[in-house]
Amino acid sequence: MRQSFASVIVNGLLIGLAFVSLFPLLWMLSVSFMSPGEASSLPPPLLPESPTLANYRELFVRGGMLRYLMNSLLLATIVTLVSLLFNAMAGYAFAKLQFAGQQRLFKALIATLIIPGQVAMMPLFLLLKQMGLVNTYGGVIVPAMAGIFGIFLVRQYALSIPDEMLEAARLDGAGEFRIFASIIVPLIAPILASLAIFTFLGCWNDFMWPLIVLTDSRLHTLPVALASLSREHVQDSEMMMAGSVVTVLPVLAIFLALQKYYIRGLLVGSVKG
Amino acid sequence: MRLQIAAWGFIAPALLVIGVFFFLPVLAGVALSLTDFDIYALADLHNLRFVGLDNYLHLLRTPLFWQALGNTLYFVAVGVPLSIGLSLGAALLLHAKVARFKPFFRTALFAPVVTTLVAVAVVWRYLFQTRYGMVNYALGQIGINPLDWLGDPHLAMPTIILLAVWKNFGYNMMIFLANLQAVPEEVYEAARIDGATTFQQLLYVTLPMLKPTLILVGILTTAGYFQLFAEPYVMTQGGPLRSTVSVLYFMYEEGFKWWNLGTASTAAVLLFGLMLAVTWVLMRASKRGVDA
Repeated sequence: MRQSFASVIVNGLLIGLAFVSLFPLLWMLSVSFMSPGEASSLPPPLLPESPTLANYRELFVRGGMLRYLMNSLLLATIVTLVSLLFNAMAGYAFAKLQFAGQQRLFKALIATLIIPGQVAMMPLFLLLKQMGLVNTYGGVIVPAMAGIFGIFLVRQYALSIPDEMLEAARLDGAGEFRIFASIIVPLIAPILASLAIFTFLGCWNDFMWPLIVLTDSRLHTLPVALASLSREHVQDSEMMMAGSVVTVLPVLAIFLALQKYYIRGLLVGSVKG
Repeated sequence: MRLQIAAWGFIAPALLVIGVFFFLPVLAGVALSLTDFDIYALADLHNLRFVGLDNYLHLLRTPLFWQALGNTLYFVAVGVPLSIGLSLGAALLLHAKVARFKPFFRTALFAPVVTTLVAVAVVWRYLFQTRYGMVNYALGQIGINPLDWLGDPHLAMPTIILLAVWKNFGYNMMIFLANLQAVPEEVYEAARIDGATTFQQLLYVTLPMLKPTLILVGILTTAGYFQLFAEPYVMTQGGPLRSTVSVLYFMYEEGFKWWNLGTASTAAVLLFGLMLAVTWVLMRASKRGVDA
């Protein structure tokens, strides 16, 4: 009897929390299929009267949404690939290759994780302006090509690779990069998958820096475009919801498909104390 | 020797990127905060002057900066405990033996974390709209008059806090859940044999076990909440009556709207100093707690 009472409470609360978590997302999806103006009526409708793709058509045909989608895809893909390579190389070296000052350098890097990136933003803008990268894709890509957190993640994982394995490969005469590419990368593939998802989602969802460095609207990423659209089209809730769906759906889908890797990365990353 | 060279070869690309595009700008940011870098200096560097601590003194006499500090501290002081409390509560529910459909609930509660902040801020704006918003409609059903969520200076920040908590609690929930699952069952067994109720087990077994995690999560979450920017940018543009201007929003406007990059850097450095101070206080407090 007590058991079933507890079960009702626990599961009831979980249903409530799941409702609160999912309702805004489901509502966004539903309103995105409503005809223009439909959501602004009382009582506010939960489902579209006659579902339509008009808002999506409007966004893609006249709003330039395809361009923003491509910008986001392109930037997130390039940043993920490049930073994955650089972080993997550095993380592996910090874990498995001995060199003078290794420990101290790593500790120093970790210590700087507490510096908020915004302190660097104004000089970074000026530096990129000097390099001619402001208002280009490079302005987003170049500063994101490596990250301390990524290096940390790879290092923690690579520490468990047995040294004997590397020794054996060296005795066979394999070069260091060859060892990295054909032995290490397959071994650390799971954490690379985690890091790739983290980086991709982080880049896709990033707002402040792209807002600053990409002033030309043709280069805007989805979040930047959405923010500026939402200032122009305050009344068009249906169209704005369609824009939000286009922005959120890709990352949500990636997360759902690769949840296991995402959670693993989150948990490795959270034990950095 | 060969290995040393190889090692540096592996580290060089990442180190170069981080050095040039992070460390250097951080140091330059501190330097910039001591200059009067503005739109004239942007056009011609000869207009740049070293002004010492003038920017700091100026900001500390600027009412809007104090307001931004106050708003940010309000957001942190209310948002962080709410967020962590909800994370912990949700993790305990998910960990409960009687909970059903755990994988579904876990994914559902985590989903907001991976969404795009700007997009959900847009959604939030319509949900909390005064006239046609779902929230006011639901409140109306139980007899509560419509509230002007984003238009009332007293309500705008709480609304933003609700969004932030909704969006973020799943992240720490996952961390708590993993730590809860790591507590060996025998510990609870022993507590039960000693006659501990479920609540006592929570208070004397679970929470002490989670303490190191709680401290870490508290510090990281606080650091994250200090960086409030996109929510006010999208939902309120700092209003109404500047009640949602955060330090970063202030910095953004100062730096990239008015091109006062010197004062903007000063604001960033002050925010960093404040974050360091709060982190230090949190660590001190948690150490004291361990000794007691």
